[in-house]
Amino acid sequence: MSSDEDLLEALLAGEHRALARVISKIENRSPGYRDLVSELYAHTGEADVIGITGSPGAGKSTLVDKLAETYRDRGETVGVIAIDPSSPFTGGAVLGDRIRMASTVGDMDVFVRSMSARGTLGGLSTATADAVKAMDAFGKEKIIIETVGAGQNEIDIVRTADTVAVLVPPGSGDDIQTLKAGILEIADVFVVNKADRPGSDRTVQELRDMIQLGGGGIGGGGGHHSQEVIDAHDDWDGETDDEGETAGWTTPIVETVATKAEGVDDLISEFANHRTYLVDSGEHAEQVRGRYAEEIRTLLREDVHALLEDRLADRGGIDDLAESVRRGETDPYSIAGELLDPVEDCLDELETNGENG
Amino acid sequence: MSSEQEQESIRCLVAKVGLDGHDRGAHVIARAFRDAGFEVIYSGLHKAPEEIVQATVQEDVDVLGISILSGAHDTLVPKIMDGLEEYGAKEDTLVLAGGVIPDEDRAELEAQGVSAIFGPGTSIEETIEFVRENAPER
Repeated sequence: MSSDEDLLEALLAGEHRALARVISKIENRSPGYRDLVSELYAHTGEADVIGITGSPGAGKSTLVDKLAETYRDRGETVGVIAIDPSSPFTGGAVLGDRIRMASTVGDMDVFVRSMSARGTLGGLSTATADAVKAMDAFGKEKIIIETVGAGQNEIDIVRTADTVAVLVPPGSGDDIQTLKAGILEIADVFVVNKADRPGSDRTVQELRDMIQLGGGGIGGGGGHHSQEVIDAHDDWDGETDDEGETAGWTTPIVETVATKAEGVDDLISEFANHRTYLVDSGEHAEQVRGRYAEEIRTLLREDVHALLEDRLADRGGIDDLAESVRRGETDPYSIAGELLDPVEDCLDELETNGENG
Repeated sequence: MSSEQEQESIRCLVAKVGLDGHDRGAHVIARAFRDAGFEVIYSGLHKAPEEIVQATVQEDVDVLGISILSGAHDTLVPKIMDGLEEYGAKEDTLVLAGGVIPDEDRAELEAQGVSAIFGPGTSIEETIEFVRENAPER
């Protein structure tokens, strides 16, 4: 497995070690990983990609384990990408999602890979998207991305999925409010896990109210206002949905008990329904287009960022520049301008040359 | 190309294998590795050798640390090493053992491919230093 071509060939031939190594290269951004990923694209597009997110302890890993088991029983191959946070101080991480993946042990056709946020802004979502490509090219039929729903970074990650399930544990009534502007908006399916616990009925009810107030989909800018409405009508029974029924996807709520695998079949059929909806409505094409647009932007941003880091180094490094700002000799805006002007001049020159020649 | 910044991180699997419920040491190591800036995957308790092999291969870890305090290292470690060999992962994974392993068993484990054995009393710094120096270049 020395050269990248051999590695690609081995991956396409179904060697687990090759897939693992390709994902490492993606994570490490080893020299040549871009060419490798470019090659992968020709072999992708077959897999269903499902994102699972929710607060820590919501039961994501356990649910993913049961989903993987059920898919395997149906004869489908599964890839799992489990993402855990890394320390902002040391960069170290403890990736513990694997512990819960016990049902599919010894079955190499469930490929579980733990990843952590290593790099720069947007780096993890690029790495995740590329790792999904690798698993897709390898021939995995279902790919599950699992991540803690904590902020924008996670939302970007989960957007690499076709279908997003958000786990809401019972009794998180107050959490619902804080989460409202975040991960609840990206849900295609709500999962009330631990549905055997007290308070799950209420959580289901609150979600149902919210969905109906949002007019079918939640993403539609109802925002903060509708949250206040929910607060004001806590005991609302939510049967009045005259105006909520617009064409489109209405986010279903599935109750599960992941530890006992209850509700997993229902969840899988909702995933399938959503997939059908995406394809039939043409939304899938739009979604994929949007995703690629974002990937292109992220790559460009990273490249330009690296370019500027080099320029910074040429100018004596960021520390000296920051120090001169501290001493009151200059300001960040001027420095940014000085650094960028030659780049812009360069580009302008290129354009003029192009026109003349 | 200047834009390809490498972002390598040492990946370790801390594994508990067999019928051995003593995981305090494994937790301490996992935590110390994390603080040293490594990416640590913890296997959880009571794992079979095949599970450890599966995790090592799929996670493509640089380092596999096996913690055994049950005395069953003679049977469990060879099974893991054979499994790694089967998937072509043996030669470029640094395998360490920790826990209670009698001196007279060490040579045998080292012959199996275990690079170092850290018994009781080993300092955390020593272990981390060893990993930093010996983690395979890929």
